[in-house]
Amino acid sequence: MIQPKTIALIITTGILVSLPHFLNPYWVDVLNNIGIYAILGLSLNIIVGHTGLFNLGHASFYAVGAYTAAILNTKYQIPILWLIPVCGLSAGLFAMIIARPIIHLRGDYLCIVTIGVNEIVRIALINNVFGLTGGSNGIFGIDRPNVFGMTIRTPMEFYYLILVFGAVTIFLFRQLEYSRFGRALNYLREDETAAEGSGINTAHYKLAAFVVGAVWAGMVGNIYAAKMTIISPESFAFWESVIIFAIVILGGSGSIPGVILGAVLIVGLPELFRDLASARMFFFGAAMVAMMIFRTQGILPPRPRQYALPQNHASEEGGK
Amino acid sequence: MEQFLQQLTNGLAVGSIYALIALGYTMVYGVLKLINFAHSELVTLGAYLGLTLLTSFALTDRMGPLLGILLLAVMVMGLIALVGAMLDRVAYRPLRQSPRLSAVVSALGASIFLQNTIMLIYGARFLNYPHDILPKMTIHMMGIDVPLVRILILFVSLVMMGGLFFFIQKTRIGTAIRAAAIDQGAAKLMGIDVNRVVLLVFLVGPALGGAAGLMLGLYYGQINFTMGWSYGLKAFTAAILGGIGNIPGAMLGGLLLGVIEAMGATYISFAWKDAIAFLVLILILIVRPTGLLGERVAEKV
Repeated sequence: MIQPKTIALIITTGILVSLPHFLNPYWVDVLNNIGIYAILGLSLNIIVGHTGLFNLGHASFYAVGAYTAAILNTKYQIPILWLIPVCGLSAGLFAMIIARPIIHLRGDYLCIVTIGVNEIVRIALINNVFGLTGGSNGIFGIDRPNVFGMTIRTPMEFYYLILVFGAVTIFLFRQLEYSRFGRALNYLREDETAAEGSGINTAHYKLAAFVVGAVWAGMVGNIYAAKMTIISPESFAFWESVIIFAIVILGGSGSIPGVILGAVLIVGLPELFRDLASARMFFFGAAMVAMMIFRTQGILPPRPRQYALPQNHASEEGGK
Repeated sequence: MEQFLQQLTNGLAVGSIYALIALGYTMVYGVLKLINFAHSELVTLGAYLGLTLLTSFALTDRMGPLLGILLLAVMVMGLIALVGAMLDRVAYRPLRQSPRLSAVVSALGASIFLQNTIMLIYGARFLNYPHDILPKMTIHMMGIDVPLVRILILFVSLVMMGGLFFFIQKTRIGTAIRAAAIDQGAAKLMGIDVNRVVLLVFLVGPALGGAAGLMLGLYYGQINFTMGWSYGLKAFTAAILGGIGNIPGAMLGGLLLGVIEAMGATYISFAWKDAIAFLVLILILIVRPTGLLGERVAEKV
């Protein structure tokens, strides 16, 4: 007997795989952007949604990954997709160095520091730090990615690349959610003191959450650099971090389907408002406030976890 | 030495504007534990409304520069206070009982909304304040020539901050605000109408922010619909630097940040000006995790 869940999964996969064949390249590109932001959202979800750390500077990790890819690719002609692990590693290392001394800061203090790091990274990129980042023009001439001898060029080809990457992300993050590590992060979010009392090394886990989120954002940075072939500091400004943050909170922090839906709404809605031209962000802001007021937990909040109790225990306590 | 003193006065003038904006952040934070990201847009709105009122009523021509600007400031502060109260009513009040991060996203949404409202009304181009509002005087002191506008900004800001400090520390209403900031539940039990305290905070904070916007327009002469976010971010940094929720902390943080930034831009690198401010913030927070004057909050068990 096939489970309903499996059927739903097969149908969703079928729709996602065939979707770009029914759309023109413009909308396929919109879907690609949604995909990139969804994966970024999922990576921030580890930090904000699961651990409850207030990170409004996620674009800085994304930037480190994208610039690592761009610099190594243009200077040493290393194929861009090979650089994915290197990008993840560099972003993770950056996050570890940055977060180590500040990880003990409380909520809003951490928030302003992450904003500050984001701004410092952007300013460093503009000022052409070490003569590597190309200043405010950024880096151009990044190679197209190559998979098994096939160069990925059109939006539809990128669609499948992002789809595969997204599927891997969802699978791994789902495993993470139900692991000991994921439970520890959630405990930390709910009650830090109690978590510490139960033997969870809070500083260690917070740092780990930051690094995991940053590694993933760095790898997305690689895909972004490959897709755009040009990157510049303005693509990684504070505004970008706000969008990723809004995707997580608005979609439903801590919930994978929620974050994906958040990306669809935050990236997709302004496309629908395209006809309104300059008034589009006006309505976007209003929509953000309205959505938060009507769905304060996000659109798809995570369902409370259910653990099966042993039979005799359940009858004694009478269930919940 | 002369350059040092020039930069010191410049830093103090800009810093006092930061401090005024920071007070808006810190007061709201103190009572609601909410970062009001839309506050920076109220500053921008203050600058634009100031320009509109200035040119449409020709206040300074009729009443002389000082009295005209004083009246202008009162009008701008009043209007921005109303906008601030409306902002709270529409965007924050429905979210009082919800998770804090939801309110933050609502604040970010309100910020986008207000910024684009200003853009749709006034256009995306830079607008100029008239050059001849304040007499182009300089005052000779300590061996340097200090522009009059700098001294006025510093003086007026200090008066406002002093007034606020007196209001918060010495009056009954101020005591109610402090009580609500410490423990809302207990404040309610003591007969304090917390909703009115919140309303008051959303009137006073934005009024100071509006005044700061007007000062920015007068000091730099050019305004743009995106100007608020950079000053707002600096002011928020200042509030954190001093210890958020702490009113003297915001004043100290603002002045300090203004001076650090002016000195950093002159003696280290102009291109890295903004980065220096944040770097100093991070270094201070590493040493003092709750800011300069922030209280060490004990972990609740």
